[in-house]
Amino acid sequence: MLGFILKRLLLIIPMALIAVSVTWALIRVAPGTFYSSEKKIPAAVEAKLREKYGLDDPWYKQYGIMLSNIARGDFGISLKYEGQPVNEIIARHLPYSAVIGLLAYLLALAIGLVAGTIAALRQNSAFDYASMAAAMLGLSVPNFVLGPLLVLVFSFWLYLLPPARWGGFTSLILPVVTLAAIYAAYIARLTRAGLLEVMRSDYIRTARAKGLSERSVILRHALRGGLLPVVSFTGPALAALLAGTVVVEKVFAIPGLGNIFIQSVLNRDEPLVLGIVAFISVLVMIFNLIVDIAYGFIDPRIRYE
Amino acid sequence: MTDNGTILTVNDLRTYFRTEDGVVKAVDGISFELKKGETLGIVGESGSGKSVTNLSVMRLIPEPPGEIVSGEIIFDGTDVRALSIDEVRKIRGRRIAMIFQDPMTSLNPFLKISTQLMEVTQLHLGHTKEQAYEHGVKMLEMVGIPDPRARMDGYPHELSGGMRQRVMIAMALSCDPELLIADEPTTALDVTIQAQILELIKDLKARLGTSVILITHDLGVVAGMTDKIIVMYAGKVFEQAPTRELFSRPANPYTKGLLRSVPDPAYEQGEPLYQIPGLPPDVAHLPPGCPFAERCDRAEDICRREFPPFVEINAQHHSLCHFAKEVYGQG
Repeated sequence: MLGFILKRLLLIIPMALIAVSVTWALIRVAPGTFYSSEKKIPAAVEAKLREKYGLDDPWYKQYGIMLSNIARGDFGISLKYEGQPVNEIIARHLPYSAVIGLLAYLLALAIGLVAGTIAALRQNSAFDYASMAAAMLGLSVPNFVLGPLLVLVFSFWLYLLPPARWGGFTSLILPVVTLAAIYAAYIARLTRAGLLEVMRSDYIRTARAKGLSERSVILRHALRGGLLPVVSFTGPALAALLAGTVVVEKVFAIPGLGNIFIQSVLNRDEPLVLGIVAFISVLVMIFNLIVDIAYGFIDPRIRYE
Repeated sequence: MTDNGTILTVNDLRTYFRTEDGVVKAVDGISFELKKGETLGIVGESGSGKSVTNLSVMRLIPEPPGEIVSGEIIFDGTDVRALSIDEVRKIRGRRIAMIFQDPMTSLNPFLKISTQLMEVTQLHLGHTKEQAYEHGVKMLEMVGIPDPRARMDGYPHELSGGMRQRVMIAMALSCDPELLIADEPTTALDVTIQAQILELIKDLKARLGTSVILITHDLGVVAGMTDKIIVMYAGKVFEQAPTRELFSRPANPYTKGLLRSVPDPAYEQGEPLYQIPGLPPDVAHLPPGCPFAERCDRAEDICRREFPPFVEINAQHHSLCHFAKEVYGQG
């Protein structure tokens, strides 16, 4: 078990470097540079800039320097926000995304698990149909539609909640709900499907044949197996939520990591882009590892080699 | 309480399933009686309704789509159909216990064997954790599991199929039930293990005096185990007789077909094994006549036109066939 975890943790480093390398190549392939703008800059200035950042060196040299810096954990200085280390920028913007992401995750889990469980246990009931229709809607409506819609209703019509920006608990409600909707819908459907599958299995029939109450049958015998698919979904989902979500942060003008990520790409701010990519990929791999470890605790048949 | 020593009476039981394809009459007018300490064999092909009959007795039919439409299930003087579900739960596992076909899937793969054993006696016998644990160890020992104390904390996947079925049996017998229903208990096991498990059931039955219903598609399994046998086909009882008589003088062409399909290594060497032609009928769309007529080598016009009578050969022997007496006469 310990060996397995260690191996997986060590694997994160090369995997993250691969993600960084692919991103680096994509930035280089894309047209434009960090200093390009509508106004043409003087040739002398351009030559100076290219020399300063080593842009005229052969690509493998530039790549090598980039990789060795990142491998040492040094993401360098932002090209756009001059003098600011990439690490500091990430650290500054991450909390916004993390707070919203974590709240959305908890909300989605609560709604999804409860709705999915009830729907499965009351299959083909009005609740089942209603909640699954709502889940379908949640999956189909993109959050750039849902967000403005909620703003329209709760801010402009009802004057209940602030429409955007960061400031106090009430300002969190709309972005969190917008973000949670699709995840709640997905978790509800996974929970329902997983539970329905398990409830049909032979060992549930055995549990009933023992005379157990329906409550024990579900809580002790059905939930573990039924929730496995949910567990495997929610690990990477949490990583994605914590790392910031571009659309929702844009809609609600939240200075989170997703927002800054998009900005950095548009600015061709190479160090910042690579830094955020490395951060997100490490986050995703760590959460995947956590899911795999959790699996072992839930399902005794899984063995780590 | 019935005093004539009858533990279970099933009377004209009908269990139907509503499907998109129409009403499936999985069990359609089954009657039988089981005396205390007796072993009854229920034999039939897949889909003949033998499992549904017994799930009905336990009220374990999933509703919907299933429904016990009519009939009586009298267990030790109580009509099981009239009980509330809470009262039925007091019978399940405590007074009637069940063993299922596939021990690989019938035990919960996520829970320790101890958990699965202990919850039964904690529920029904009011055992404390310690009592339930010790009782569990005792039960595992009784069903012949080596080193039972070590096995208690293991999981089902760590055991072989035969061992798992032993755990199932230990679980089923842990409250000392009056009736044990074994639904194809050996079908998923190796032949050598099959014999061991059957021997175990037989031995435990003799020691505990439990009444047993043994469901199987294999006449070889019931031969040495049962006092009487019911042969089911398309949701109906085709023949009912004491075991010895059923084997020596069957009164139904279907039973005869089944008997001929049992391989007999002593004779017929090199000859192909007999096989009843065709497939079991679709019980959602049964013809008006005998459901077996299409596959029967004895069938005449009347068999396709009219539903056969349940002919009494003698007090213990009945057969659902227009020509029951003639078939019986052939010996």
